[in-house]
Amino acid sequence: MPSLGADMEHGKVVEWLVKPGDYIHKGDIVAAVDTDKTVMDIESFEEGVVAEFLVDLGDTVDVGTPIARITATPAELPPTQPAPAQPPPATQPGAAGGLPGPGAKVPPPVRHLAHTLGVDVGRLSGSGPGGEVTRADVERAAPGSGTQVPPEQAGQPGEQAEAPRGPDEGRRVRSSPLARRRAAELGVDLSAVPGTGPGGAVTEDDVLSAVPPRGRPAREPGAEKPADAPPSVSRPTAPAQVTEPVRAPAPRQERPAAGGKAESLRQAIGALMSRSKKEIPHYYLATTLNLAAAMAWMQAVNQQRPVSSRLVPSALLLKATALAAKEVPDMNGFFTKGAFHPGSAVHLGVAVALRHGGLVAPALHDADTLTLDELMDQLRDLVGRARAGRLQRAEMADPTITVTNLGDLGVESVYGVIYPPQVAMVGFGKILEQPWAHNGMLGIRHAATATLSADHRASDGLRGGRFLARIDELLQTPEEL
Amino acid sequence: MNQQDARRAVETAIGKVAPDVEPGDLDGAARLRQDLELDSLDFLRLVEVVAESTGVDIPEADYPAVATVDGLVAYVAGHG
Repeated sequence: MPSLGADMEHGKVVEWLVKPGDYIHKGDIVAAVDTDKTVMDIESFEEGVVAEFLVDLGDTVDVGTPIARITATPAELPPTQPAPAQPPPATQPGAAGGLPGPGAKVPPPVRHLAHTLGVDVGRLSGSGPGGEVTRADVERAAPGSGTQVPPEQAGQPGEQAEAPRGPDEGRRVRSSPLARRRAAELGVDLSAVPGTGPGGAVTEDDVLSAVPPRGRPAREPGAEKPADAPPSVSRPTAPAQVTEPVRAPAPRQERPAAGGKAESLRQAIGALMSRSKKEIPHYYLATTLNLAAAMAWMQAVNQQRPVSSRLVPSALLLKATALAAKEVPDMNGFFTKGAFHPGSAVHLGVAVALRHGGLVAPALHDADTLTLDELMDQLRDLVGRARAGRLQRAEMADPTITVTNLGDLGVESVYGVIYPPQVAMVGFGKILEQPWAHNGMLGIRHAATATLSADHRASDGLRGGRFLARIDELLQTPEEL
Repeated sequence: MNQQDARRAVETAIGKVAPDVEPGDLDGAARLRQDLELDSLDFLRLVEVVAESTGVDIPEADYPAVATVDGLVAYVAGHG
């Protein structure tokens, strides 16, 4: 169960979009997951054959729980040394001993070994006489089999088949691949963990029990933090960044059944915003955007267009924001592990009010590179799907900066609360005709209030002011947006 | 297009764009943006749906005239 946002703790599989036996690529949509916020499609982080589902439809499981098992194909397995007497990975469910491929000879003892190791002999090419599958073939395939979706979001096929420790490392530690991976994630020294698996092998559970119990990072960011520690130093939060492990070691905590979507969404928003206000030292700026040129240009353009391809002012504001975020990188990125990490791309989150209350803020990917028309199309698509509750995982997890455009519904200014781990939130108020003094003359122009809520750990007011000023400047030449 | 057909077309279009708006809320004086909470994208979609179903294309300059349910109905009836 991947994390679909910093505030997500668990999810429910509501639909499988693949079936066991299907061959899937990295990035293929495999399931629809219902979170507190919305239903999202999730993609596979692995390539291979779907071996089995590990959760039932309708089951709610914590972030990090394996939901399906994907068997890597032999061709993708990196060459590894034979793993002598590799014990069956304790946490691997079932055995994947499928039928051998047509013509492949598999002697019964080898078949048994394959069964024990969870290797699908049907996918092995035999290196023995007459193409017979040998023990070595099976053992070679063993360490990389049984990768799971998605134990870590950034899992590369090569990382799973971690080679057994070299003989020169002194004491050899028997362990399952999953245990090794967990140990690496958690910084646990495998040799210091007493194994309870077959042959004294270290299992995933052993690794987990070697870690001091702690609250789930995303839920209780302050759990381990001494009261007087500076907040930026030991912040053990685990926002949904692809490079971070998303498994939650804490035992599952049942939460009382909420009274429906709106209520659980409200709770999720409340929890995330509380965390934001507790952890992020916000500073706030505002400026008035001169929208005379932007509105005149847009109205002229729209006059020439059928309604289906007309622009709305939001599209111009979003594009200008994305370009400004590219130029002022201190506003765009994630604050994680006590430091600010600028985003390499601008994935512009757009706060979308849902009709039954609540909001979601999915991303327009690479918004700074889109033409206005592309941005407009994607905005309409994104808002439509957000309201229909059909967003994709990446759209929820990726925003590097977010815009709230409440002005569209009437308020003159809005000071947003930053979505952790992002560091800035831009707000646009209502576009109004305002009296505007210019060169000693008073005129009437379209204008709107733009606000910035930004994270003082990543930037200061001078930089924030420059960012807002850039948005205004960019809007003076709307034809170049 | 007569007033009744126009009203039916407008109500159908609003139902399509904002399925959660109860028919009971479709008071003639209801303002599309403030009362029915259509945002600019919803409004654009509404104009689009009305154009598809009635053939009445509402240019941006006329948006102020169609800010209410009644206003939209009258506009469609007058231009259809």
